[in-house]
Amino acid sequence: MTNLKQVFLRGVLQDNPVLILMIGLCSVLAVSVTTVNAIGMTIAYSFVLIGSELTISAIRNVIPKTLRIPIFIIVIGSFTTIIQLLVKAYSPSLDKSLGIFIPLIVVNCIIIGRVEAFSSKNTMLASLIDSLGMSVGYGMVIVSIAFIRELLGSGTVFGFPIFPSFIKPMLIFVLPPGAFFIIGIEIAIINAINKRLAKNKGK
Amino acid sequence: MEFLKEIFTVLINSIFAQNFVFIRFLALCSFVGMTTSMENSIGMGGAVSFVTVMASVISYALYYFILVPLHLEYLQTITFILTIAVFVQLVELYLKKAVPTLYRAMGIYLPLIATNCMILAVTLLNITEQYSLMMAIVFSIGASIGYTLALILLAGIRIKMRYITIPKFLQGYPIIFIAASFIAIAFLGLQGIAR
Repeated sequence: MTNLKQVFLRGVLQDNPVLILMIGLCSVLAVSVTTVNAIGMTIAYSFVLIGSELTISAIRNVIPKTLRIPIFIIVIGSFTTIIQLLVKAYSPSLDKSLGIFIPLIVVNCIIIGRVEAFSSKNTMLASLIDSLGMSVGYGMVIVSIAFIRELLGSGTVFGFPIFPSFIKPMLIFVLPPGAFFIIGIEIAIINAINKRLAKNKGK
Repeated sequence: MEFLKEIFTVLINSIFAQNFVFIRFLALCSFVGMTTSMENSIGMGGAVSFVTVMASVISYALYYFILVPLHLEYLQTITFILTIAVFVQLVELYLKKAVPTLYRAMGIYLPLIATNCMILAVTLLNITEQYSLMMAIVFSIGASIGYTLALILLAGIRIKMRYITIPKFLQGYPIIFIAASFIAIAFLGLQGIAR
């Protein structure tokens, strides 16, 4: 049981896909203009990650070694297409603001990386826990960046203005440079946290 | 004349005003991973440019000659990513046999290219923007130039960064993103040129 807990926590902290492994950055920076977009992206992303990890770990014993990468890509691509069509049908406005980043989930290195490194070798339960941990890790980062950018850049939280009108928001934070700046700071913070954790463990 | 103007606008737009790395946030993994030295970033830029242009021509043909007549447009994501993966594999095999010197220089970047999100993005954007084949080629060339430019800029800064003291809190990746943020401000200033 502790093992599964570790698998989950690893995705959130020590192996956080975005802040530590530096993969899957594109969608995190591009979509985090508003918190609502970020939550939508997290849902789409988690759907694809959980679906593909479960599928791959279910069929892991029948996949021939040499053909595994094309098979992974087809499985991930199918889930991406499913979520793309679902978002287009049920939330056209979200589809418009996420735009090209929904189909780009298929080349998100986190998913193919986890499928290759974890679920092609582990049971379905462990894969489920791993994908949940990775999704939480990803969602945490993208939502927190989006929250900060929205608050500083447009002065709103979930679209509601919270500052009095004489305080002008700092527009630079909703523009691309702000995204780079904030992720830089967040990486620095999580590095500091991990360093402190490692130090405490060493004692 | 009108046509030349259109080509020029798309080119400038994709290199500067809508730069794929700094404004559209694509291909960031390789942007961070491959800019440790100037040779790496030029090599990666060249390899990605080649694959992007070829992939956009192939995927364009596949979309308009196979997917549209069969009404299978919803399969475009899967088709394009498989096309890119297969194409990269073929290039790798060909280079290994035919041009070993080039393979040794480019070989290590090739496996990374299949999951480079810029290439898939260019092929998908060619379709959503409804470019003609000519425009699609121009657009992919512009995108590749913009990407290579971004890699070279960051590599230059990272080389200079070896000689300065960085605050302990920001050492490693954080300072790279902060540098990227300042380059992005410069690119933001170029937004107005392509109207």
